[in-house]
Amino acid sequence: MRERVVMHIDMNAFYASVAQHLDPSIRSKPVAVAGDPERRSGIVLAKSREAKARGVRTAEAIWQAKQKCPDLVVVPPDYDAYKRYSKLARMICYEYTNQVEPFGLDESWMDVTGSLHLFGGSPMLVAGEISERVKDELGITASVGVSWNKVFAKLGSDTDPGDGVVAITKGNYRDVAWPMKASEMVYVGPATARKLHDAGYETIGDLAHAGDYFLDKRFGKIGRMLRSFARGEDQSPVRVMDPARADADYAVKGIGNGLTAPRDLVCEADVKALVWLLSESVSQRLRESHLRSRTISAGVRRAADLTGYSRQTTLRAPTCLTSDVANVAMDLMRASQPLDEEHAIRAIHVRATNLSSMLEPTQHDLFGDVERVSKLEKLDLAIDELRRRFGNKCVHRAVELTDEVMSGLDVKRDNTVHPIGFLR
Amino acid sequence: MGVVQGIDGRVKRYVCVTARIDEDGRCRPMSVQWWDGRTYPIDKVTSVCRRSSKRVGGDGMCYTVMIDGKETLLFHEDPRWFVEEKVPEGHVC
Repeated sequence: MRERVVMHIDMNAFYASVAQHLDPSIRSKPVAVAGDPERRSGIVLAKSREAKARGVRTAEAIWQAKQKCPDLVVVPPDYDAYKRYSKLARMICYEYTNQVEPFGLDESWMDVTGSLHLFGGSPMLVAGEISERVKDELGITASVGVSWNKVFAKLGSDTDPGDGVVAITKGNYRDVAWPMKASEMVYVGPATARKLHDAGYETIGDLAHAGDYFLDKRFGKIGRMLRSFARGEDQSPVRVMDPARADADYAVKGIGNGLTAPRDLVCEADVKALVWLLSESVSQRLRESHLRSRTISAGVRRAADLTGYSRQTTLRAPTCLTSDVANVAMDLMRASQPLDEEHAIRAIHVRATNLSSMLEPTQHDLFGDVERVSKLEKLDLAIDELRRRFGNKCVHRAVELTDEVMSGLDVKRDNTVHPIGFLR
Repeated sequence: MGVVQGIDGRVKRYVCVTARIDEDGRCRPMSVQWWDGRTYPIDKVTSVCRRSSKRVGGDGMCYTVMIDGKETLLFHEDPRWFVEEKVPEGHVC
């Protein structure tokens, strides 16, 4: 069998690069893309290479970043521009193969095994050409990783912070990939890295040599999968997708919304207003996608120490009603912690998972009121239609009006979909 | 100090363009109307490619055109058009 040629294209410091490309006056300056400090979402979302060199980190507050780097240029995010450049970069990839799988806005895998001969047959030359074209045509630098599987290709592109091409081949992966930290590998997050560290496994090479017993015991079924990733045995294909659609449109597993409140939430009424606001957006998006959900989860971030947690519950019957989602989420909140000043909350999220299509027949609750449910569903759909025609703010829930600041928010419109997981 | 003598830098200037669209969808810019009302006919389009403007930011289809015997770049940043306007030395915007 012919060896696969998989590439991973990663646009460096994407948000900041787009901002610098659009405004040449901030090029070669330390730039941070950050939220709005007035709405307390003033954290660094992305930083340019210059800012990174000065110690600015993603997810820290603007004031912290400015302490390290007083001349930091802070720009607001521009998602429309990011989506546009993401699409343009993807279109360049599509000129080389039809197998392009986007991973978030700034990354994509492509499998050029079958089309490589059309472009000269050298993976390094093709990778170099793509990197150069992204730079010339879009003004953004991109690093490319070339390998025979997706995991190592991503590892390759992550190694190079500039616009270079890194190949991880069967001949060199022991020297290139294995000495890297295990946390560099896809699917090894902070929790997994900590577990590996506790057992004395630091590098990808260590993980590749881990024993069955240890892996099964500490990680369950994903343990052996991680080891096969580390050994370069990942077989997962690069999916063929519709070029016209962004990755966010695919395979919805859950719909969720979260929001950092403009001020700390210190009583039940505050929490209720935000929970309803979020539930409204979540359930409206459920109905738009013709989906119902059986599992509702709600989570918070505490104001005191910024730690957080999430709780979930599964319902008897799937629902897409705003009132159901909101009431369940509210019950979860009440059961998890007292809603008072001592336990002030900074952010809340509500998520609906375990989805099924609205077209599928539903097993109704024997003791539930089916007629009432279908009536409420019709009511919600009618409100959705009004909102579609006249904007999301044309019909308000009374509960949302208890708070002036929050009733001004439009969660659904401002919602942006984030990258999906590797395993789908 | 400008890189080129007499030029302090470049700014992005959106311009009014008259273009002809062929029956196969190809676009050929015919003339550029400058902000002061003057019209510059385009003598020749020497090349067309997708490109970003390193000087002023932005990107799109880049037309290398000859206007009055001089080569210049005209960008189609769909749907608008822009040029890299020269800022004379000592000029205050």
